[in-house]
Amino acid sequence: MKKIIEKHSLAMRWFHWINFPVLFIMIWTGMLIYWANDIYKVTIGKHELFHFFPDGFYSYFNISHRLSEGMALHFLFMWFFTVNGFLYVLYTLISGEWRDLVPQRNSFKEAWLVLLHDLHIRKTAPLQGKYNAAQRIAYTSIIVMGFGSLFTGLAIYKPVQFNWICYLCGGYHFARILHFTLTIGYCLFFLIHIVQVILAGWRNFRSVITGFDVEEVPVITPHIATEDGRAR
Amino acid sequence: MEEPVKNPTAIDQDNAVIDKQIKRRNFIAFTSFIVLQGAAFGSWRWLNNQPVEITTATAGAKKPLRRALNKTELFFRKMFSNNHLVKIYPKETAAKNVRVNGDIGMTGPFNIQDWKLDIVKASGDVLNLTLKDLLVLPKTAIIYDFKCVEGWDQIQHWAGVKFSDLIAHYKLDKQAAMEYVGFATPDKAYYVGVDMPSALHPQTILAYEMNDKPLPLDNGAPLRLIIPVKYGIKNLKRISSITFSNTRPPDYWAEQGYDYYSGL
Repeated sequence: MKKIIEKHSLAMRWFHWINFPVLFIMIWTGMLIYWANDIYKVTIGKHELFHFFPDGFYSYFNISHRLSEGMALHFLFMWFFTVNGFLYVLYTLISGEWRDLVPQRNSFKEAWLVLLHDLHIRKTAPLQGKYNAAQRIAYTSIIVMGFGSLFTGLAIYKPVQFNWICYLCGGYHFARILHFTLTIGYCLFFLIHIVQVILAGWRNFRSVITGFDVEEVPVITPHIATEDGRAR
Repeated sequence: MEEPVKNPTAIDQDNAVIDKQIKRRNFIAFTSFIVLQGAAFGSWRWLNNQPVEITTATAGAKKPLRRALNKTELFFRKMFSNNHLVKIYPKETAAKNVRVNGDIGMTGPFNIQDWKLDIVKASGDVLNLTLKDLLVLPKTAIIYDFKCVEGWDQIQHWAGVKFSDLIAHYKLDKQAAMEYVGFATPDKAYYVGVDMPSALHPQTILAYEMNDKPLPLDNGAPLRLIIPVKYGIKNLKRISSITFSNTRPPDYWAEQGYDYYSGL
């Protein structure tokens, strides 16, 4: 017999799906800004591994010479990003849903087992609540990262008015590096997130839109079994 | 096992009820999802198709974005005070090769010997100052992290006369009571507008020295604005005129879509 299982509250779904386009716009407009001084690269010794970003990347996405537009957009959508993030944290605290999300003492050890399981190296996954250990770590990290983006963002945006934030971020120059690194972090999170969503399948994805999942619960019937041996 | 015992028809009926419920909830959720994400995408398209603002002291930005910039400035202005100072660095950390990022307003013929600073007190009432007049005023030095709107920053060492000292010395209180100051180059090709609180900020100086030496031409000789509470685009080189007004003076970069205030 089918049974509806409530999975994600309406509030959680709203926060998630508001954040999705807003964060996307923040990253996009951040790129329009970054282009004007695109000095970051990954090097080993003197050898340059990767330069953020290659010219082809800029021309393909039409990023060049849009600094003023990028700044205006970034400083508008920062409000939505911040407000949505604060409300989300507030909601998880008030509703108690933070208990499902915050890593527990054994989460860090278990996350490793979850990873091995996901990579099909280990057969069994550790017992879990709503979210597994790896998810707990990921979903809490992303909130810490969001706060980090806000904090380093303020350090870059108003380094004089918020000189104490700028100081805590290791100065203006370093705050910009942190802000950029966090953005790369979101992109990596997004990639893994998408792969996991695809692997988890349609029902899991659907539940983030509808809020519920459907489960088949066994019912004892007077007829013991049908001919093919399966219970009705 | 305490499961209720049911006959198959009752189960089918239950399943039918649940199926209906699932269908209904799926429909509502997916419809709202598509409508909401559609609306979000539509709003983004709408924003990008908005007309460019009507040219005033600002230009080049889309109307709603200019509005947002101005509103955001009003919010952050509440935090502005003369007690919020830019961080000061030790002298040895100052760059020896000071970055030169632009030459707008400095490309025309210019004879530094003929240079004079025009302080327009009122129309027809102009105070003419030479560099000597400024050199006798108290000298203020500042070593701080200069920040460009492009994203780079550099620790630089400047010295000159504090703007507020100049105002006090020449008794320009009436002018300082106005809302804005305008600065312009001799050829009027580069011009900036600064809100009065930022101009009177204790770290705002009219610099005539860089790294303890007279200002080089490329860095704005003989006199340039150093205003640490603003991005580099406001730090006008080769100042030739200073004006006061209650309306926003024209601003070169604000006309290119940048925030008029560009405060830090």
